[in-house]
Amino acid sequence: MADHLLEVKDLSTYFFTHAGVVKAVNGVSFTLDRNETIGIVGESGSGKTVAAMSLLGLIPDPPGKVVEGALMLGDRDLRTMSDEEMRSVRGNDIAMIFQDPMTSLNPVMKVGKQVAEAIILHQKKSKSEARRMAIEALARVGIPDAPKRAEQYPFEFSGGMRQRVMIAMAVSSNPDVLIADEPTTALDVTIQAQILDVISEMQAQFDSGVILITHDLGVIAEVADKVMVMYGGRTVEYGPIDEIFYNSHHPYTWGLLSSLPRLDASQKARLTPIKGQPPNLLLLPEGCPFVGRCPYELQQCRGEWPPEEAGGPAHGVHCWLPADQRLALRAALPQFRESAA
Amino acid sequence: MSLLEVSGLKKHFPIRTGVLKRTTGWVYAVDGVSFNVEKGETMGLVGESGGGKSTVGRTLLRLTPATGGNVTFEGIDVMKASRGEMQTLRRHMQIVFQDPYACLNPRMRVRDIVGEALTIHNVGTAAERKKRVAELLEIVGLNPEQAERYPHEFSGGQRQRIGIARALALNPKLIILDEPVSALDVSIRAQVLNLLEDLQDEFDLTYVFVSHDLSVVKHISDRVAVMYLGKIVEISDSAVLYDFPQHPYTEALLSAVPIPDPVTERSRKRIMLEGDVPSPADPPKGCVFHPRCPRVQEICTTAMPRHVPTPGADAGERHEVACYFPARFKDGQRFVADEPFREALPEDQA
Repeated sequence: MADHLLEVKDLSTYFFTHAGVVKAVNGVSFTLDRNETIGIVGESGSGKTVAAMSLLGLIPDPPGKVVEGALMLGDRDLRTMSDEEMRSVRGNDIAMIFQDPMTSLNPVMKVGKQVAEAIILHQKKSKSEARRMAIEALARVGIPDAPKRAEQYPFEFSGGMRQRVMIAMAVSSNPDVLIADEPTTALDVTIQAQILDVISEMQAQFDSGVILITHDLGVIAEVADKVMVMYGGRTVEYGPIDEIFYNSHHPYTWGLLSSLPRLDASQKARLTPIKGQPPNLLLLPEGCPFVGRCPYELQQCRGEWPPEEAGGPAHGVHCWLPADQRLALRAALPQFRESAA
Repeated sequence: MSLLEVSGLKKHFPIRTGVLKRTTGWVYAVDGVSFNVEKGETMGLVGESGGGKSTVGRTLLRLTPATGGNVTFEGIDVMKASRGEMQTLRRHMQIVFQDPYACLNPRMRVRDIVGEALTIHNVGTAAERKKRVAELLEIVGLNPEQAERYPHEFSGGQRQRIGIARALALNPKLIILDEPVSALDVSIRAQVLNLLEDLQDEFDLTYVFVSHDLSVVKHISDRVAVMYLGKIVEISDSAVLYDFPQHPYTEALLSAVPIPDPVTERSRKRIMLEGDVPSPADPPKGCVFHPRCPRVQEICTTAMPRHVPTPGADAGERHEVACYFPARFKDGQRFVADEPFREALPEDQA
C-alpha cells in the first residue's frame, strides 16, 4: 500500500522549441493525501499549470515532454501507463477544473448533455442514466432548478454558474484527486467565495485530495493545508501553510508576501516590490532561477541549484543563503517584523 | 470647487435586435452617478463586473457620449464642450487602460506611441519631442534607449509603464486608471502601484482609479465609491469605508476578499451573497441590491434609496450610503436599526 494518495518525485517537463529548450518544470516533488489541499503558488511562467498538465498526461508532445520523474497515483506510475489506461485515470481518478469557464465548455451543446457526455466517457452508463446523474451533479454544485438549466446552453449561464458546471463535470465520477487551475481568477470576489465553498464541499463529500493552482496568496491562505512556491520551473520552498506564511525561508516568498496590498493593512503603507522582470524561460541559469531579482544573491547562486534544506517541520527550502543569515535578513523586513510582534 | 464634479451621470446602451436593428431595450450601465474629486486626491471606483465602473471612466472623458448628467472639469462643462474645447480638455484628462497587450499598437515604435499625443497637439519641435519622449521613458522607469523598440519586445509590466508614459506626455492634471494593474503578476503589480504613487506626488496628479480589487483600491485611494449595477451604493473616505462599511453590499464585498494571512482567515466570518449580479438590462425594481441583500425588507422593493449622510455615526462626514437599513456605529458598537431610514426615501415619498 502506498503512503500517499499521490506522490510526485522529481518531475521535469521540458518543451523543445526552435528557440531552445524551455525547462517549464524542473525537478518538482510533492505529495497529496486524502482530504488535503495543496496550494501551488507562483506567477505566470512559473510552471504551476504545466506541472498539473503533466500529471494528467496532457502535455502536447511534441514540443513538450515529461523527461524525468515518477508520478505515483497510489501504487501505479502514471508515466508508464498506456494511453488507454491514462484515459481511464482522467475523469475516474484525477479530474481537472480549468481557469476559464467561458472557453472550456462547448458553446453549441446543452449543458446537461456535456456533463452526461463526461459521465458516459468514463463510466459504463446508459444515456438516460447518465442524464439523470448529470442533473444530480448540477444540483449538487448548487445550480438552482437543475433539470431546466441542463437544457440550456453555456451562453445562458453566468461566469460563476459556468464554473459550477465545470466542477459538476469534474466531480461526476468521484475523483480521488481534483486539480483546480486558477478556478476563481476569472470571477468576481463574491462569486469566488461561493466557488471555493463548493470545491471544499465536494472535497469533503468524496474525501478527495485537491491541488489548487493560483497566483492569489489570499485564496491559498483561505483553503490550503500546505503550499508549494514555484518560480521559473523550480519549487523554491514548500511546507505547511503556517510555515510558509509565518516562517518562510526563501527570499522569493518574502518578496511575494511583501508586494501584496492587504485589506487588513494600515492605509498607504508602501509596498515592497520584487525588482526586475520575470525571467526568460529560455535563458534560465543552471542554478537558482531567482538570480538577477534576488537582493541577496551570492556567487554560487547562478551556477548551481541549492540542495533542499529543512526550514521547519515538513518544510523544505532551496537557497544558498546560510540559515542563520536568512533568519536575520527576514527579521529586518517590515512584513515579518509586524507578524512577529 | 472640486477639480472634477460628476452629477447624475447616466450611460444607457441600446440593445438592438433583428434585421432592422430596432432598439428593443437598454442596458443601464451607469445610472445616476454623482461624486466629486478634489485636486491631488485618488478616487477609487470599486465593484464587481457589470457594475459600470469602467463605463464611468470612459464617459468622463467622453470616449463614449453620456446619456445624461453633468461632468465639469475645472468648472468647464465636459459634456457640452465643442470639438476644439474637447481637444484642449483631453490634454488635462488622460486614461490608462487595463490590458497592456491590447492598448498599444503593435506596429508602432515606443517613441511614436508615447510621442503621438505631442504630435497631435503640436507640442515643440521634432527634436524637443524626442527629448520629451526620452524623459518620459526615464520617469516611468524604462531605458530611453528602448524608444526604438516595438511593444512585443516588452513584458506586461513594462508595457503598462509605456501606457503610463503615454498618458503623462501632455502633463495632464487628471488620469483615469482603468484596472491598470489587474493583468499584472503580483511582484510587478507592486512596482506599478509604487510608480503611480510616486508620479502623483511628483506631478501633483489627480487619479480616478477603477478596479475590482478591494485590497489595491484601499491601498491607493483617498476616497472610495462602491458601485453596484450602475449606481454608487456607498462613498466615503477610504479608511472610514474599510473600517466602518454601512451598506450590506460593501460589507459582503469586504468579507469576501481573502486576506493572505492564514490565522486571520481562520477567524473570519464570510457574508455569503446568494446568486449572481442581475443583468443591467433588467435591473431590479427598488434598491438594485435587494434580490441579494441579507437585510432586505418590504420598503427596499419600492424605490432606490437616496444617498444620505448617516447621522449619529462615528464615521466621517463625507460618508454617504444609499440604504434603508445601513449599519451604523455608535461608541464603537455596530448596529442596524429596525426602522427604515426615512431620509433615504425619495423626496416624493418621504
